Amino acid sequence: MAQAPQKPNLARRRFIADSGKAVSIVALLGFGLQPVINQAQAKSVNYIRPPGALPEADFSAACVRCGLCVQDCPYDTLSLAEYGQVAAAGTPVFEARKVPCEMCEDIPCVKACPTNALDKTLTNIDDAEMGTAVLIDQEHCLNFLGLRCDVCYRVCPVIDKAITLQMQRIGRSKHAVFLPVVHADHCTGCGKCEQSCVLDESAIVVLPRDVARVSSAEHYRVGWDEKQKRGKSFLPEVLDLPDRRPK
Amino acid sequence: MKRLRILVLRRLVQFGIIGLFLSGSWWGVEWLKGNLSASEVLETVTLVDPFLALQSLVSGQVLGMVSLLGVLIVVLFYLVVGGRSYCSWVCPLNIVTDFAAWFRSYFKIKNNISVSKNTRYWLLFGVLALSATSGSMVWELVNPVSGFQRGILSGLSSAWAIGVGIFLLDVFIGKNLWCGHLCPTGAFYAQINTVGLLRVKAPKQAECDDCGDCYRVCPEPQILPPVLKGDHPLKVVGDSVCTNCGRCIEVCDRAVFQYGVRPFGKS
Ligand code: SF4
Ligand code: SF4
Ligand code: SF4
Ligand code: SF4
Repeated sequence: MAQAPQKPNLARRRFIADSGKAVSIVALLGFGLQPVINQAQAKSVNYIRPPGALPEADFSAACVRCGLCVQDCPYDTLSLAEYGQVAAAGTPVFEARKVPCEMCEDIPCVKACPTNALDKTLTNIDDAEMGTAVLIDQEHCLNFLGLRCDVCYRVCPVIDKAITLQMQRIGRSKHAVFLPVVHADHCTGCGKCEQSCVLDESAIVVLPRDVARVSSAEHYRVGWDEKQKRGKSFLPEVLDLPDRRPK
Repeated sequence: MKRLRILVLRRLVQFGIIGLFLSGSWWGVEWLKGNLSASEVLETVTLVDPFLALQSLVSGQVLGMVSLLGVLIVVLFYLVVGGRSYCSWVCPLNIVTDFAAWFRSYFKIKNNISVSKNTRYWLLFGVLALSATSGSMVWELVNPVSGFQRGILSGLSSAWAIGVGIFLLDVFIGKNLWCGHLCPTGAFYAQINTVGLLRVKAPKQAECDDCGDCYRVCPEPQILPPVLKGDHPLKVVGDSVCTNCGRCIEVCDRAVFQYGVRPFGKS
């Protein structure tokens, strides 16, 4: 079929119309999807990612939602998020209160991932940073009330590093209490503690790291850390201030 | 039955793939793991959907060797069998939209909104542009195609809602509205199809008696006239949106069409 050559201004008009169409479709898509994007990128407290997951913004762009990690988890910890859940639809998450991560030594979920969404450089599961446990309700924690429940402490796979018990005297009675204290450097966020808390709702909860932690302010230094770095303290050990006596 | 032989074969392939994903392990090996976004064949070869990989790439992510190789295998495969063979032989949503098309013709439903068949390309472009500007796989937050596939293969209940939604769209809003006008996944595979080897040909073009049977079953009937009426030397259904479904081949009483090979670089 031979086509009559188009007049140039017709071709230009078509080009302008087509470009307009392209721009408006992109804009409409963008507007329409904005709430979904916001929701998916919002900090969330009710899901945790598998071990080795990239930071959230990268993760949801790197994960192709194949579910291979889910299938290779021997404990059925992971599941793919449904539409309407806070996590981007189809990305892997887990709810620690239901099934925590058992911190497999061979980390099968990371091995299964065909993309870089789960970082292959994670080879020691103790280095995982799925989240950070936070004792969100001290007032109901049995140890705070003076019992020796200790359950979260005992189930922790990184016991005595990730959770320690801190003895403290309180004025209420002559007894001391043993407060469970989480140390974020060692906590992997596996959620064993959250799963095991004996209360109806867990008093200790794993939160995504960006929710649970803030960065330390530049102008505050921790004296004992600085001392270790320098090998000696900033100031002479015993400050000898000039004695001033009342005349 | 002769008029349905390719259709039956396609359904066997489509359901067979779903079956292999769901069957779990037989004799200790899993046939297919994962879903159509990425999968593992016999626990050795990894396959990755190139459209998903592309979205991830333009969002600024680096794909590892495993997934790049997985993409390469899939692309090479579709360069041989024709890109949109994905649509009519693999994609499970095609079962839904084919059923919707049959439903429309059976109940003589004529509702149709006019949407350009090129909308899918604009959507494809928009999806990729948005991924690039937002740095995340925006389309995958809502994509009903991967949502449906994942729902079926990974056992999520949202698959039903998506299936019903697309069915209603195709039955009551517009003919072949999803697969023939809107789906960016199909538009992506059509790009691969521009050079696909396996093509539908019309070697006996002269036999055509204008009965119109092929027009009634083809999901992209606009591509048929050049083949039936044109003087193309290869008499190939050359348009990249052809899904290689073979419906025209099987419904034609005069055996005008058949599958054939188009040498690379010829359109
Ligand atoms: S480390 Fe083990 S238990 Fe934890 S998510 Fe991965 S596979 Fe599952
Ligand atoms: S295996 Fe990797 S790409 Fe697949 S769902 Fe899990 S994190 Fe995403
Ligand atoms: S989440 Fe709880 S159990 Fe797991 S490492 Fe952290 S403190 Fe221990
Ligand atoms: S056009 Fe889209 S939904 Fe339809 S069969 Fe192809 S990929 Fe599947």
